[in-house]
Amino acid sequence: MTISQDVILKVENYNVEFWVEGEFYPAAIDMNYEVKAGQVLAIVGESGSGKSSSSMGLMGLLASNARTSGSVKVKGTEMLGTNSATLRKFRGKEVAYIFQEPMTALNPVYTVGFQIIETIRTHFNVGPTEARKRAIELLTLVEIPNPEKSIDKYPHQLSGGQRQRAMIAQALACDPALLVADEPTTALDVTVQAEIIQLMRDLKDKLNSAVLLITHDMGVVADLADDILVMKDGKTVEKGTADQIFNRPQHPYTQQLLAAVPKLGFAAARTLEATATAPVLKLENLVIEYPKRGRIPAFTAVKDFNLEIMPGEIVGLVGESGSGKTTVGRAAIGLLPVKSGSIQVVGQEIAGASQKQLRSIRRNTGIVFQDPASSLNPRLPIGESIGEPILLAGVAKGAELDRMVEDLLASVELPRSYRNRYPHELSGGQRQRVGIARALALAPDLLIADEPTSALDVSVQARFLELLLDLQDKLKFACLFISHDLAVVDILSHRIAVMQNGVLVEQGPRDQILRNPQHAYTQRLIEAVPVPDPALQKAKREARRS
Amino acid sequence: MATKKKSAVEATTEANENAIALHETEGLSQGQIIRRRFFRHKPAVISLIALVFITLFVYSASGIHLGTAKHPITIPGWWPHSMTEIQDSVFCKGSIGCPGIAHPFGQDPIGHDYFALVMRGAEQSIMVMLVVGFIGGLLGTVIGAVSGYFRGWVDAVLMRFTDFIITIPSIIIGAVIGFKFGNLGVVALAVYLGFFSWTGLARLVRGEFLTLREREFVDAARVAGASNVRIIFKHILPNAMGVIIVSVTLMLAGAILLETALSYIGFGVQSPDVSLGTLISNYQDSFTISPWLFYWPGVLIISIALCVNFIGDGLRDAFDPRQRRRISRKDLLRATFAKRK
Repeated sequence: MTISQDVILKVENYNVEFWVEGEFYPAAIDMNYEVKAGQVLAIVGESGSGKSSSSMGLMGLLASNARTSGSVKVKGTEMLGTNSATLRKFRGKEVAYIFQEPMTALNPVYTVGFQIIETIRTHFNVGPTEARKRAIELLTLVEIPNPEKSIDKYPHQLSGGQRQRAMIAQALACDPALLVADEPTTALDVTVQAEIIQLMRDLKDKLNSAVLLITHDMGVVADLADDILVMKDGKTVEKGTADQIFNRPQHPYTQQLLAAVPKLGFAAARTLEATATAPVLKLENLVIEYPKRGRIPAFTAVKDFNLEIMPGEIVGLVGESGSGKTTVGRAAIGLLPVKSGSIQVVGQEIAGASQKQLRSIRRNTGIVFQDPASSLNPRLPIGESIGEPILLAGVAKGAELDRMVEDLLASVELPRSYRNRYPHELSGGQRQRVGIARALALAPDLLIADEPTSALDVSVQARFLELLLDLQDKLKFACLFISHDLAVVDILSHRIAVMQNGVLVEQGPRDQILRNPQHAYTQRLIEAVPVPDPALQKAKREARRS
Repeated sequence: MATKKKSAVEATTEANENAIALHETEGLSQGQIIRRRFFRHKPAVISLIALVFITLFVYSASGIHLGTAKHPITIPGWWPHSMTEIQDSVFCKGSIGCPGIAHPFGQDPIGHDYFALVMRGAEQSIMVMLVVGFIGGLLGTVIGAVSGYFRGWVDAVLMRFTDFIITIPSIIIGAVIGFKFGNLGVVALAVYLGFFSWTGLARLVRGEFLTLREREFVDAARVAGASNVRIIFKHILPNAMGVIIVSVTLMLAGAILLETALSYIGFGVQSPDVSLGTLISNYQDSFTISPWLFYWPGVLIISIALCVNFIGDGLRDAFDPRQRRRISRKDLLRATFAKRK
């Protein structure tokens, strides 16, 4: 196989600016790069770095308040400043996009096949039968099971991974010379992510396309990229081959970014000295069912679940989406009715407890929610949100309450003056710290953390985890830490429990689960986690193949 | 001590964010912030001034009339003519009773002072607007909130009741009510109209509550030990305020128009009392000969309805902290420069 080294995309002195209230503000400044056929260039950076806007601007896909300048050449043809007819001819045919969330990027009222056929017939003069044949070919290429049937399915009838495959099939419909993949695996579970990355790698080799990969996930980058471009605040911070960036990063920001990525299997040892006798949280034969609603039958989300958490212990609960881990967390704090079995918090039974009993149990528990944007009341100053548990429990009020709230803010490393701020005035990381402060307001014995870091950038996540560990060291609360990210759980937990489809498949000390998993599902899960190191990742890939 | 590894980059971003937020909200209570944001909305402020002016002008001119026809309670206004006294018609430009110095709005064909009539009509309309807005707003919010928050059978019962009310056209309700209670005075009419105009608001509030109750901050409040009443009024209702305000202002404008329509077809305010609707209805034939009899009430109806809508628009923007207060790149940059200096 000869790999042609044609330059597919050449970007020179490329700027993207947005018109905001009478002035232009830059989103991407002076970018220069090129992508050759059969190569993958990854643009990495944290949210707001301009990586997405710059790639959307390549083909004139930005909102009308954006302005682009410089030069973008696709196969030698200038894209900036050309008329929309030329742009349309190139879009889809020469340059195809894969978006982050396939559920929103595919039109829900048309079948997958219709959408692929539409792309084909826009660019080629073919009949419907022929186009359909080609669409089935494409679906076969992206390894969708049973392509003859899947072609007539609607997006909601496919699983997340299959939808992403369908979208890739649509992108490949016209054999594009350049594939722009904007966070193609962010919305997917790790095992599915591994499959999609594998697929993209195979396709790139097969079709010899150039790929522009935009992502924040260093693991994905390590797995796919040949060259890497690091962006921060619109500027190109560092550019180089994957090997250079990962092994010899020059710029401090790149070093910091790499240091912040949690790596599976490199966390410090965690020991639990206290040997208390009674568990803080005890789940016994727990069954939780979402009742029948109209024609949707009842769904058992958690089956026969057993788990104990000792005082001062952090237990990581991992599993893929839909495994029921969030359900367990919400039930443990009495937010969901229990079908059968028992939940005991510090010896008190939650299953079947009255509102009044629940209130007293909840004084011993706190919960940190997943989405920092939705977990704080936008109409309340954060001080009031934090103080609410204290106020309602009747512990303090007035000036005494204000003082306690300020102490709590200080304990999560936020300025005391933030008491009167509203949630929208804080960044995601700050909001999540407010969430912790509220959960710890009554110094609970048990903290439930439901994916608290999944909406945060890596550097913010690193800081958040450090803070959580510090607080736990000081306050010695027990913690159920729910996460899909094994590397994060690795840093925090003493013990790990693994869930699949509502069933606990394996639990044990952290090192045993991560280094010597017994259950096949746990092994697959660990296997699928991408490592932010190109060499290691390559070795892993080859091991998986053989 | 590896705890304080706060990166330089992060520190500056955070400092910038803080600078902006402090600049915007330093030492302000929530009420002050809302007021400030409202006053930034130019059309709303102008409308508010105009509406206050119209109201004061109208009430001070015609005086305040309360009570029923049999037992009136009246505080006289500054306008010398009453709406009942008949004077000699002024002749001018080939018609009678055209606007002049003695009668700025002209006279009707009988010789009544038209300014007094219009002021009295506007007074009635404003009264209807306020009463309907208050009763309809309160009922709609409470019914919608209860039904959206508790769901289940409570929701089913309340919403079927709402559907039932909606199926009866409001003009027919108004006609029946006007026929039965029109002689009790305009306040009674407004109260009854209020009892039938809450349905749209109730449905909107219910929808808003259905979405908001699933938000995580509601769970957080429940975990914190908040009761249902506290969750509804402290946590959910302020978040639904935008919807309620917009809907109530539409209701206010609608109430004026409904009263006008009812009076126009003769079921609203009964003679000898007048409203803007009866004035238009009475003098629709004279449009070609003495147009002032037609356009003064029209101008008042339109300006009151417009003012109310603009004020509602401004209030919605003010109540929503997400609007225009998002920290933009521009603010970030400005803060960065300010710090460098």
